[in-house]
Amino acid sequence: MNWEAVKSIYFFEMARFFRTLMQSFISPVISTSLYFVVFGAAIGSRIEEVEGVSYGAFIVPGLIMLSVITQAISNASFGIYFPKFIGTIYELLSAPINFLEIVMGYVGAAATKAMFIGLVILGTAALFVDLSIQHPFAMLAFMVLTCLSFSLLGFIIGIWAGNFEQLQLVPLLIVTPLVFLGGSFYSISMLPHAWQTVALFNPVVYLISGFRWAFFGSADVPIGLSLLAIGLFTGLCLGAIWWIFRTGWKIRN
Amino acid sequence: MTAIVQIDDVKKVYDGGFEALKGVTLNIEEGEILALLGPNGAGKTTLISTICGITQATSGTIRVGGHDVVTQYRAARSLVGLVPQEVNLEPFEKVWNTVRLSRGLFGKAKDDALIEKILRQLSLWDKKDTPIRALSGGMKRRVLIAKALSHEPRVLFLDEPTAGVDVELRRDMWEIVAKLKADGVTIILTTHYIEEAEAIADRIGVINKGQLLLVEDKDALMTRMGQKQLRIELQERISEIPQSLGEFKLELAEDGDSLIYSYDTRAERTGIAKLMAAMSAAGLVLRDLRTSQSSLEDIFVGLVQETGDAA
Ligand SMILES: Nc1ncnc2c1ncn2[C@@H]1O[C@H](COP(=O)(O)OP(=O)(O)O)[C@@H](O)[C@H]1O
Ligand SMILES: [Mg+2]
Repeated sequence: MNWEAVKSIYFFEMARFFRTLMQSFISPVISTSLYFVVFGAAIGSRIEEVEGVSYGAFIVPGLIMLSVITQAISNASFGIYFPKFIGTIYELLSAPINFLEIVMGYVGAAATKAMFIGLVILGTAALFVDLSIQHPFAMLAFMVLTCLSFSLLGFIIGIWAGNFEQLQLVPLLIVTPLVFLGGSFYSISMLPHAWQTVALFNPVVYLISGFRWAFFGSADVPIGLSLLAIGLFTGLCLGAIWWIFRTGWKIRN
Repeated sequence: MTAIVQIDDVKKVYDGGFEALKGVTLNIEEGEILALLGPNGAGKTTLISTICGITQATSGTIRVGGHDVVTQYRAARSLVGLVPQEVNLEPFEKVWNTVRLSRGLFGKAKDDALIEKILRQLSLWDKKDTPIRALSGGMKRRVLIAKALSHEPRVLFLDEPTAGVDVELRRDMWEIVAKLKADGVTIILTTHYIEEAEAIADRIGVINKGQLLLVEDKDALMTRMGQKQLRIELQERISEIPQSLGEFKLELAEDGDSLIYSYDTRAERTGIAKLMAAMSAAGLVLRDLRTSQSSLEDIFVGLVQETGDAA
């Protein structure tokens, strides 16, 4: 293993993040506050409780997931797309490193940033609502796994994208709807029966459900299924990346 | 001693079906400076890219320091530094950070003293905290060199390092190359400036249309180039060269109308005066004189045209 390279990529990417730390910090604080003002106040006053949890608290896991997923994807996709776009990728290709090391560096940094945003949102939310987390370690583990797996997905998107439009297309057209429809702001059990079945084909449902279980101890789907889903998703992404580097798809030629 | 870079029958067909390398075989000796000379599109960058791992050869093998660049890429690439043709740099990064990243990517432990030394050598030290976008074109090229040197390569590829740079920077670049050679670094540079190849290379390779046409010691090439010919037209036709002129390198041409004398311009004496004296002693009257010289340029153009006609 070329750990020196992993470390170098990781810290190089993180340095970019630290240069804009204030922005990175303030924008999730503001957007989270807005969500609470809009959803918590306007809707929360009509929906008292969902599954025994106040609505304001109920949306916290979904809110975190929404940001964590979009942040992980955009950080990781941009992180690898940029060197491709400006040509500095030649250095990655000519260095004595393998795909695992490149991925660890870029995905590690993207996941760390997403994790940071997630924690900032959690902290902000705690200012608005009473939060007691039933399984704190499971909560952190779920968050880390989500950051990692969606950073992997972002990495793939970044390699695939041929221009900036494509870079934003997948998150916009696929990921955002999946997350919104994945039960960020409601329980799947609140949907009409037919839609409940449809929802079960949405992978994000399993993530949010599992994450919410870590907070409140209740879930839409069994926790084991949530773990399986995220494990499967991570495996698929890793497989795709392994294939990309083996064939040199979109990068070597 | 085995060559530090061994290229064996390397072919490269790009995705579109274009054959950019048509079976290149070349050994590069440790410590030498090899200049690859060739027009645009000859395949110079492609050859370098296949050695450095940026693209893969369609067939053939390449070894660096005895390590196959595909199956033993870690060992092979650790030895190689690359200064690419295009100035590819992150505009918002500082010089120092980007050079340090390069060292890390090659698995070398942090060594700020070394990076300082490299930046000073390249007159970049006072720019170390400048974002790259604020640098001039020549300075950016120096940053590329600093990045390549940061991991102490034993083989350095310079892909058209002086294309489009001013005369001063070109001189600096040549000086840097000479210094590196003194440190034992093997250097391969591509160029389409013949003077550049003449000025710094030990050997010169000519490449065109994906084929290596010639690789030769620069000195041998210069000797060939240093040959000058004197054409002596005679008043009266002769059937053979008189015996008294036997000591001169002479050829009879145009059915005896003229004599061609070959000599080395770099020799102490050309022998022309002596030849003239010997000729008049032999009773030959000359009508006219003409000299011609073959230059590296001629050799180059000739070679390139031949392949052009063949294709
Ligand atoms: N990625 C590519 N896909 C297809 N053809 C390419 C690619 N890169 C280079 N070529 C072609 O290969 C030939 C050699 O290019 P190159 O190695 O860049 O030449 P040089 O560096 O000698 O100018 C050119 O005809 C060029 O158009
Ligand atoms: Mg080129």
